[in-house]
Amino acid sequence: MSDLVTLTIDGVEVSVPKGTVVVDAAKKIGNDIPVFCYHPKLEPVGMCRMCLVEIGVPVIDRATGEPALNEDGSPKLNFGKGLQTGCTVQVSPGMVVRTNTIPVTDAREDIIEFILTSHPLDCPICDKGGECPLQNQTMEYGKGTSRMVFSDKLKLDKHVPLGDLIYLDRERCIQCGRCVRFQDEIADDPVLEFHNRGRRLEIATLSDPGFDSYWSGNTTDICPVGALTSSDFRFGARPWELTPAASVCNHCPVGCNTTMSTRREAIADGRSVIKRIMPRQNESVNEIWICDKGRFVHHYADSPERLTQPLVRKDGELVPTSWDEALDIVAGRLQMSKDHVAGVAGGRLSNEDLFMFQRLLRKGLNSNDIDLANPQVAGGDVAAQVGLSQGSNLGDLGAGDAILVVAADLHEQAPVWWLRVKEAAERGATLIVLNARPTRLDKFAALNLHYRPGDAVSVVSQIVTRARVDTTDTPEDAVATAAESLINANNLVAFYGAEGLSYDETDMLARLLGNLLLLKGSAEDAQPHAGRVNNGLIAVWPEANTQGAWDMGVNPAYGPGYSPVSAAGRTAHDIYAGATDGSVKALYVLGADPIGDGLLADRGNLDFLVVQELFLSETALQADVVLPAQSWAEREGTFTSGERRVQRYYPAIPPVGDARADWLILGQLGERIGLGKPPYAASLVFRDIAKEAAPYKEMDYRTLAHVEPQWPIIGREDLYYGGTAYDNNAGLGQQWAATAESDSVDVYEVPAISREMGAGAADASRGELVVLQIPALYTADALTTKTPMLTDRLAEPALLVSDTDAATMDLIDGDLVVVDVNGNEVFAVARVNDDAPLGVAMLRGVRATTDNAPAMGKIAKRPVMEAVAV
Amino acid sequence: MRLEEALLECRAAGIVGDNILGSDFSCEFYTHFGAGAYICGEETALIQSLAGNLGQPWSKPPFPAVEGLYKKPTVVNNTETLANVPLVLKNGAEWYREHGTPDSPGTKIVCVSGHVTNPGNYEVEMGTTYRQLIELAGGMRDGRQFKALLPSGGSGPIVTEDALDASCSYEGLTAFRSLMGSASVIVMDETTDMVWAALKMVHFFRHESCGKCTPCREGTFWMEKVLHRIYSGHGTEQDIKLLESVANQITGKCLCALGEFATSPVLSTIHHFLPEYKAKVSNQPVAVAAD
Repeated sequence: MSDLVTLTIDGVEVSVPKGTVVVDAAKKIGNDIPVFCYHPKLEPVGMCRMCLVEIGVPVIDRATGEPALNEDGSPKLNFGKGLQTGCTVQVSPGMVVRTNTIPVTDAREDIIEFILTSHPLDCPICDKGGECPLQNQTMEYGKGTSRMVFSDKLKLDKHVPLGDLIYLDRERCIQCGRCVRFQDEIADDPVLEFHNRGRRLEIATLSDPGFDSYWSGNTTDICPVGALTSSDFRFGARPWELTPAASVCNHCPVGCNTTMSTRREAIADGRSVIKRIMPRQNESVNEIWICDKGRFVHHYADSPERLTQPLVRKDGELVPTSWDEALDIVAGRLQMSKDHVAGVAGGRLSNEDLFMFQRLLRKGLNSNDIDLANPQVAGGDVAAQVGLSQGSNLGDLGAGDAILVVAADLHEQAPVWWLRVKEAAERGATLIVLNARPTRLDKFAALNLHYRPGDAVSVVSQIVTRARVDTTDTPEDAVATAAESLINANNLVAFYGAEGLSYDETDMLARLLGNLLLLKGSAEDAQPHAGRVNNGLIAVWPEANTQGAWDMGVNPAYGPGYSPVSAAGRTAHDIYAGATDGSVKALYVLGADPIGDGLLADRGNLDFLVVQELFLSETALQADVVLPAQSWAEREGTFTSGERRVQRYYPAIPPVGDARADWLILGQLGERIGLGKPPYAASLVFRDIAKEAAPYKEMDYRTLAHVEPQWPIIGREDLYYGGTAYDNNAGLGQQWAATAESDSVDVYEVPAISREMGAGAADASRGELVVLQIPALYTADALTTKTPMLTDRLAEPALLVSDTDAATMDLIDGDLVVVDVNGNEVFAVARVNDDAPLGVAMLRGVRATTDNAPAMGKIAKRPVMEAVAV
Repeated sequence: MRLEEALLECRAAGIVGDNILGSDFSCEFYTHFGAGAYICGEETALIQSLAGNLGQPWSKPPFPAVEGLYKKPTVVNNTETLANVPLVLKNGAEWYREHGTPDSPGTKIVCVSGHVTNPGNYEVEMGTTYRQLIELAGGMRDGRQFKALLPSGGSGPIVTEDALDASCSYEGLTAFRSLMGSASVIVMDETTDMVWAALKMVHFFRHESCGKCTPCREGTFWMEKVLHRIYSGHGTEQDIKLLESVANQITGKCLCALGEFATSPVLSTIHHFLPEYKAKVSNQPVAVAAD
């Protein structure tokens, strides 16, 4: 990148990296060469012809090899035969570009006229109208009139559903192909294609169901006209009526930066509602992309099922009450059960909520019995020491670097990480994927190891053992090859998840990977990877702010900032056991549903159960008091991503009913049990966090809101990348430093590996298979089911079995089965799938239970329901 | 078919395939049928089509010789070009240069079609005049009067009687603002309605435009609409100006040569036969001989 090329554009000299195209070079100095088909994130194709400019290159005297000179001593330039497309021509030294000459101005006017010949000009009813690159550029470069006779215009279909989520208006489409190229180049879901030719050229979807991709919404952002609209937003609002609010996605640990566009609606009694979510540019996190889950799963915030009032149980019924009464009851009852109070929290709450939660439990109620409601993945303490270093950017990884992904399916769990890991692999990074089964990342990997379900830890252990530099072995097998390329990579990033692993095993895995990062390569002056920029460990957490929960001390063993507690409390598992046996008397459930998730059978012998939630969950139904909380869209706060980037989000809509922010409720409870006045703003809670959690000590709401110029420039006041949502003027967030960046970290002790597979080898002929739970992005849960347009895309609860096992068990694709795992019965549809290893059934689209370790499952066909005559 | 037969003969003779003539050099030939799209004569569109993609050209560079089929360096040549190579190798460049003109050595296979008595393919020395070509094809059909000819199918500008003595060679038609091109000569006699002829050709280009770049996709569509209006007697004087302007607006802006070609029938017929256009828009009978 250090190879700079200097050229002159309209008399202004600019130096840009070699390989930059003229359009981008001009952009750098504020010269907007108009484009339609070009997009800085996509390969240039030069098909819309809007960026035609005059490009001259120095003439080289063949005899001398020196630049030829004019009589006046200036370099002789060759401007070629005519105009050239600025989006396809790469800069070269001494190049001269003219963008303000009459031929260039005329060409722009001509191309605009051509594009508009068959464009319907239905801007007044078009969703893009107001932030439309075609509209903007017509105003800027068009001539204002058309010579095309109106009746000559083509009449085409205006409402073509490409799938459930995206509609195509064929009249508006200008055939720029950005959507086709995005799906092919970026998303690796080439489900859109050009069909036909000439003026009949049209966009078509090739997949069944149509436009089958987790990334489809992004095409509506990059579409330079109103041809692609989402079923969520189309005909919903005019862009100029929308108020943007910067937010952070709360569905997975990537922490994509987003913008919520809101508008006051008569049908919502004048309330502001979320009309759409679009990506907000953060080149270190999500660039300008978000997955469809992040884009569309926001309807739960506006759901009529939201809790709007505190509820207390009176005469066996939950009845509405005032906040004061509810808080008094909760404070009183918790104090009555003092020393026997436990709390579990969900990982999608903000740092402020989680911090106040542990403060209430620890300082107010003297209890260390606090944990995530469904922890699944351990290793937050390891990530704090050898996690991805401050200043790292997956976008910087490329040739010479290595990425290891273990026991995770990034495409389903953290789609934007999948995207960025894939991009790194395409730039030349060595990708090694370890899993029990094929995943979407495999095709980009230099090496895939498919181990037997449950063997993740032992395989990684072998790699770490082989990776020690004292070994003189030549790489012979896959493990050795993997070890070799990981340990000698310039940079190493390791992702780990919990697929097929128990909680304790994820802890071992984190430590093993920590040790891998602490090893030195074979070179003389080699340093460990841990602690260096663009190196480190990333946990694929189950929820958006699980990292923050660890950081805030929602953990039985650690307080805020990983300060060890004097006596470790109960884990979630033990808390639930205590609730059943009566040793836990009062349980505080914050933003979680342990009963609905099958972690806790019922309230057992609890004296008191308080649930703080958005919805009347199954746990809430059994509670004594239910406190209505605000969703993330209604208040401000911070989330910490899996890359340990602390990011601010801002309020977008007013609170629903009397719901209050979680941190405020917890503060008001604290006040009632002697913890003093509650902070009155999230920023003040954060100030307390910065005081108590060492890694956060440099941060406050102002530093988190800091922004720096980003490249490529998208979403500025320019006319062609359009949209108000991309602009990031609300903060890029701050990564906190891992211990290894400043101090040495000792090699981790890892207990000996022993795996008891319970029932031993599976015997398919007796209906037994090892059941491996695998994730699906659109698993039906309390949040995804509130988005109507996703209903048909929700993952069906499916049991994937190999054709051999299916034949042995007499199953055919589509059979309804009941799977019995350790006494828990799950209903699913049998699907014959080549990805399922022999003897293993993969359970997909089912909400996770406490343990992801493979277990022996008994599978039986469900009797076919007979139609009942009425 | 002839190519296939020739390949079979070559294989039988051991000069195509593995270990040619017992050497360690192997060279295999594959023939592949196109589906008939005009644009797939453009080398990059041909490569895309060969790879199973939509037949659309790409913006060069990269040139096929650097990055072509399956992103590998690729040379694209016409069969006619390749057919000349053995002759040059066998008889030498000097012998080859004895034929044709100094700037266009060799021979050319010319396809003469249209209003001639014996349409067909004729191999002639470069430099043969168009008048000689028509004579070779048996002269004008039914003894009618020559009106115009298209020296390179629909894609080259039309020329009139004054160009008949120009030579069929790379340089021969420069003075007449046209070019030899592929040498698919279409001869038209006095019965030809030139607006009709332009409409037919523009229709062809509109149909064959791949649609990738804006000026060609929209321009050919628009030109056909306007031409059709003029031809059917619903046009105005203004439409002729519009047609010319749209054609000029396409030139110099397209991704490949097809869009440029599409303008030549329009611009050259307006240049040579403006009165016929004017007659159409003033609803006068067109001054062509009855067929």
